[in-house]
Amino acid sequence: MRRIISVLLENEPGALSRVVGLFSQRNYNIETLTVAPTEDETLSRLTVTTTGSDKVIEQITKQLNKLIEVVKLVDLTEGAHIERELMLVKLKATGSQRAEIKRTVDIFRGQIVDVTSSVYTVQLAGNSEKLDGFIQAVGTSGVLEVVRSGVSGIARGEKVLSL
Amino acid sequence: MELLSGADMLIRSLQDEGIEYIYGYPGGAALHIYDALFRQDKVKHILVRHEQAAVHMADGYARATGLPGTVLVTSGPGATNTITGIATAFMDSIPMVVLCGQVASTLIGEDAFQETDMIGVSRPVVKHNLSVRHPEDIPEIIRKAYYIAATGRPGPVVVDIPKDMTTPNERYEYVFPKKVKLRSYNPAIRGHAGQIKKAVDMLMAARRPIIYAGGGVILGKASDQLTELVKMLGYPITNTIMGIGCYPASDKQHLGWLGMHGTYESNMAMHHSDLILCVGARFDDRVTNATEKFCPGARIVHIDIDPASISKTIDADVPIVGPVDAVLKEMITLVKESKEKPDAEAIAAWWKQIEEWRAFHGMRYETSPDVIKPQEVVEALWRLTKGEAFVTSDVGQHQMFAAQYYKFDRPNRWINSGGLGTMGFGLPAAMGVKLTHPDDEVLCITGEGSIQMNIQELSTCKQYNLPVKIINLNNQALGMVKQWQDMNYESRHAESYMGSLPDFIKLAEAYGHKGVRIEKKEDLEPMLKEALAMKDDLVFVDIYVDRFEHVYPMQVARGSMKDMWLSKTERV
Repeated sequence: MRRIISVLLENEPGALSRVVGLFSQRNYNIETLTVAPTEDETLSRLTVTTTGSDKVIEQITKQLNKLIEVVKLVDLTEGAHIERELMLVKLKATGSQRAEIKRTVDIFRGQIVDVTSSVYTVQLAGNSEKLDGFIQAVGTSGVLEVVRSGVSGIARGEKVLSL
Repeated sequence: MELLSGADMLIRSLQDEGIEYIYGYPGGAALHIYDALFRQDKVKHILVRHEQAAVHMADGYARATGLPGTVLVTSGPGATNTITGIATAFMDSIPMVVLCGQVASTLIGEDAFQETDMIGVSRPVVKHNLSVRHPEDIPEIIRKAYYIAATGRPGPVVVDIPKDMTTPNERYEYVFPKKVKLRSYNPAIRGHAGQIKKAVDMLMAARRPIIYAGGGVILGKASDQLTELVKMLGYPITNTIMGIGCYPASDKQHLGWLGMHGTYESNMAMHHSDLILCVGARFDDRVTNATEKFCPGARIVHIDIDPASISKTIDADVPIVGPVDAVLKEMITLVKESKEKPDAEAIAAWWKQIEEWRAFHGMRYETSPDVIKPQEVVEALWRLTKGEAFVTSDVGQHQMFAAQYYKFDRPNRWINSGGLGTMGFGLPAAMGVKLTHPDDEVLCITGEGSIQMNIQELSTCKQYNLPVKIINLNNQALGMVKQWQDMNYESRHAESYMGSLPDFIKLAEAYGHKGVRIEKKEDLEPMLKEALAMKDDLVFVDIYVDRFEHVYPMQVARGSMKDMWLSKTERV
């Protein structure tokens, strides 16, 4: 099953490599990984999406917790949560394609953030399926380049991940 | 206000931490530190001949004393040579701090001479590693390193020290922190009371219970509590190879150790049990055999300081995270207070069954009128040292024979690389023990393959006068490899034969030690006695043993715990 694990990590050199190293060392899977400092500059927040049986996920969270620099973590998929991913796509846009792409971008509530005579660059945010859906809708033949940020997530409601 | 250089701060911190010995080898990036060592006499340095041996020495010291060991090496090759030793300590959860020199911080990343990313290289085999970025942080980093190494589930910690952090003429205020606090590291200090109560209820209701104890009991200094609980319950106990000595082997409730080469009765009792109380062990693959066939009728209570050890390979019905001594103490109180008592009839029937298993095999082996059996050597050593010696081993058949036939009644006396299985561990580990236990007998039971992996340390033994006794069970082959080839590869002995062995006696003599060769069966006990009587000498006892002997029992691969070979021809 796909899981989103959110981790508060000491914002120290080498801390990220321990997390990434743990996944490869123990044969766990990383699908996406995002990391950035938080409003507390001593902490980074890292979001990793992974897949595995419940047993594997339990081991992943336990092993992550064992890392000295991991301060706190939560498996967001255990409760209601919001997940978002940002995508920038460069699309071939000439002739009648231009209007067609514009319509599709509107349907997906994206924005065209850069324009040339033959290329649109589209920005789109949403969960990963929505981003996949957009690529499918415009068709891969027109896609010149895709960059995705990986998933960020947060729990719904009162629940917070903080110290 | 006291101003010290980084190097002096480092050594001063070691003194303040109470460190008595460090094992190491100097080199460019560590020279400021070595100079600071030279200018004091509280911390004693032992110069090894290869950095791997320094780590095993620190490891042997740690296992025998329960205190963290300390290693000091230079950057690059000095640091990478420690990796096998660090991995050995990591797999067996041995507390240790490894101080590594590093090229100056201004040179890091430039492929400087003797530069290695030791933080990166060591990362998968350490509990944690730290690098020094400002000299004034050194006391706190040292304090943290020992705190992390020795608390919770212990393990090795590497500290990387760039050379410019130890420059002699740059002085900073020295403050040794009284306490360490880490917001992200808080090992459990007691178990969950509700879970402990549940476990005790299950213990009282069990009809075929068994206690399965591991190295965590020794690391957690909980042998007394374990022994008290087991005696009070009157239940059978087995332990892992890492747990040897956590409960007296000579006691009748002790079934020997379990797993791949464990006793018949231990493996049978585990398989047929209805309740397993696992204390500080981790259901390792050398214990469980095929996990899907593991102990089908057993419910499992698992006590461990490390939550990640629980339900990793075998699911626990009652997990208890906490230090084993504290948890066992609470269990003892609850057992005493319990209104429920064990079902005496069921327990008596269970013991009757176990005694039948014990009688059926009883660790028998075939003797021969003229060939020395390796098992006989270990039994003779046990008799001659009254079971009181510290015994280190290397890895292979000799390790299994030593563990099977030397009966340890006390913890911290059996010292082997159980997790990583590191050949070359035995001699330096024995040296680390002997250094701090000069009046105790320290035996290194080894084989002619393993001993050659760190034989250069005979030179260190001479320098520091470490009269350990090396018992070389010489079968002129890599015995365990050969046994597997006999069993699984139709006796095709690919590279398991050791041609052109050195004359170990002359070799020992060349290093300034004594050597004794034993070839005849009738010489075994008298000559061993003679060797042990040479209290002030390191004696290399080279014993020619049966070249064709196998270790039994041996679990059948991919079987359950009860599927075993009991000899070359008997399979159950």
